[in-house]
Amino acid sequence: MSTNAQKKGFGAVLWDYLTTVDHKKIAILYLIAGGIFFILGGLEAMIIRIQLAIPDNNFVSAGFYNEVLTMHGTTMIFLAAMPLLFAFMNAVVPLQIGARDVAFPFLNSLGFWLFFFGGVFLNLSWFLGGAPDAGWTSYASLSLASEGHGIDFYSLGLQISGFGTLIAGINFLVTIINMRAPGMTYMRMPLFTWTTFVASALILFAFPALTVGIFFLTFDRLFGSNFFDPTMGGNTVIWEHLFWIFGHPEVYILILPAFGIFSDIISTFSRKRLFGYSSMVFATVLIGFLGFMVWAHHMFTTGLGPIANAIFAVATMAIAVPTGIKIFNWLFTMWGGSIKFTTPMLYAVAFVPSFVMGGVTGVMLAAAPADYQYHDSYFVVAHFHYVIIGGVVLSLLAATHFYWPKMFGTMLNEFLGKITFWLFLIGFHLTFFIQHFLGLMGMPRRIFTFLPNQGLEIGNLVSSIGAFFMAVATIILLINIVITSVKNVKVGNDPWGDGRTLEWAIASPPPYYNFKQLPLVRGLDPYWIEKMEGKKEMTPAEPLGDIHMPNGSFIPFMISLGLFIAAFGAMYRLDYGWGLPVLIIGLVITFGSMFVRSIKDDHGYHIHKEELMDDDDNKGVKA
Amino acid sequence: MANQQSTSGNPRVDLEYRRKKNVEEMRYQVITFALMIFLTLIAFAAVGFGDVSNWFTIPFILLLAVVQVIFQLYYFMHMSHKGHEAPQLFLYSGALVGFLTVLAFMTIIWW
Repeated sequence: MSTNAQKKGFGAVLWDYLTTVDHKKIAILYLIAGGIFFILGGLEAMIIRIQLAIPDNNFVSAGFYNEVLTMHGTTMIFLAAMPLLFAFMNAVVPLQIGARDVAFPFLNSLGFWLFFFGGVFLNLSWFLGGAPDAGWTSYASLSLASEGHGIDFYSLGLQISGFGTLIAGINFLVTIINMRAPGMTYMRMPLFTWTTFVASALILFAFPALTVGIFFLTFDRLFGSNFFDPTMGGNTVIWEHLFWIFGHPEVYILILPAFGIFSDIISTFSRKRLFGYSSMVFATVLIGFLGFMVWAHHMFTTGLGPIANAIFAVATMAIAVPTGIKIFNWLFTMWGGSIKFTTPMLYAVAFVPSFVMGGVTGVMLAAAPADYQYHDSYFVVAHFHYVIIGGVVLSLLAATHFYWPKMFGTMLNEFLGKITFWLFLIGFHLTFFIQHFLGLMGMPRRIFTFLPNQGLEIGNLVSSIGAFFMAVATIILLINIVITSVKNVKVGNDPWGDGRTLEWAIASPPPYYNFKQLPLVRGLDPYWIEKMEGKKEMTPAEPLGDIHMPNGSFIPFMISLGLFIAAFGAMYRLDYGWGLPVLIIGLVITFGSMFVRSIKDDHGYHIHKEELMDDDDNKGVKA
Repeated sequence: MANQQSTSGNPRVDLEYRRKKNVEEMRYQVITFALMIFLTLIAFAAVGFGDVSNWFTIPFILLLAVVQVIFQLYYFMHMSHKGHEAPQLFLYSGALVGFLTVLAFMTIIWW
């Protein structure tokens, strides 16, 4: 349709994005919002590292440090890492399985706006009397005692954004089960699709535990219940269980898609079929399955008793087996491959040893008796930064470079990309490697300063210097993005030249209806198969016909806005008279919007065959 | 899915077969319905007879409840039909996670 190529004013573009239900545009929204929160979380990390650079520092006060530390963890996990993964899932997964969109485009948009308003709500705490300060785990015994509204921002904000995540997860499950192109069997799905599938299943099962936990916390703090108050017959340990029943699968929700991204990148740039594809799938599913039986390893020192500790320790160590399978499969994929060291491939190569280091300390921590020593020390901080930065963040940076052409139609500069990579990798190891030893020397985590002459000065200084390397790397990435966007040199379908999966068979960026005719998938790496037979594009699986498209809608924004307003009402209900009316107004907006959605028929529209045929003329150059 | 229309274009092709299937299904549903009423009566009876120990009654009525849920899912919500593999997988995974949570709460949380 010609309207797609029209030049639009700023207002029209803004309205387009506010109402879009197109998975590719929602991906861009996730990328922008997640990127902003990533930078915010990074700034908080810099404050932490500046404060800890020298002993007895007073760059920030102890109370403010607690807030910064809490917000760094919460922002990075909930508002940066997950949305950024959703960005790439949205951009790539429907294309990889040969679908026209996700199964529920409206819900996709709703999921984004819920996440966005939840994140904004959480971060408004900085301006409204102080941020949450009980750590990202927000253990109830501490968070119930926290004064002010910080923890309320945490519980209400995460509740709202948690709904968004749950919706997004269900959407991907339904999409992958039902909307695969003809011939795309489960065992032909690219690894990124597989890991998205398993991660979405984990979201489906893990997030309800968080929802329940946060509801209890909200009601304890704002509505006079006593779920976690031992003096009133509650139990504070329940929060820890609920949180970690969610929290442990959460780290697999983050790392599995990262594995998928690297699997695709490694096989693309080794120019080889992924080694041991079926064992990779098996390992992914097994990690997802085991991920639900290990949550109590976060609570070894809570006093569960030796039997429970032993069971959870053994289960935790068992996860190293499927992860090891994956590591060896990546190595064997590269072995004998004709490797091209592009920026994404550099990240992938660096990821393997970095992540293994995080995995090894993970097995160390899984040994329950030893954990009593490591517990709450910088050793733990080093461990989880090694898996999350060494795994998830490296994958996000790799995917940014790898999928940028597919999302925006332009290539990020490779030279600047490699500078970003080296600075980030060096900075990352500089920051966190030494923290293992700081931890073993006895530096506890979450302290706002330390004393001189305890042997902790050098380590902390080195760590802070490393953090600046990562900051510079991020700034160079942003410069790279600006330069690339300004130059705006468009590229074709398969800019890397070695694309294997379906997303590279389609224009960059894809037309808004994705595939004109659904492609016929004849095996694993379908585009590669066609290329090897000398074909330029996929064989269509259906005759050209009308395409049914959903209409855009402003309702998801309104539903989310209503909850955002209601959250303020719930929070200030006890302080001000206007709290309760605001709570009610917010809920009325939300449920009213849902009602409008329910009674108003919205059948979408059709793109007619003739228009699709017209599009053939300007194929490949479409903006 | 099993409840989808025939794609042959000729609606009369398997009408006979469908009718037979429907009759069969109806029979199963009536039988299950009767069984479920019966199980409910047993459950009430188990609680009603005061002299049976709670250690028997509670697991017993829980067991009856599980049987009823299975009846409901398989005979009334058609999970016994083909094409329900994915819903089954997710249902059982969810039940497993829920079970693990309850088990953990009952065994390793100190009160």
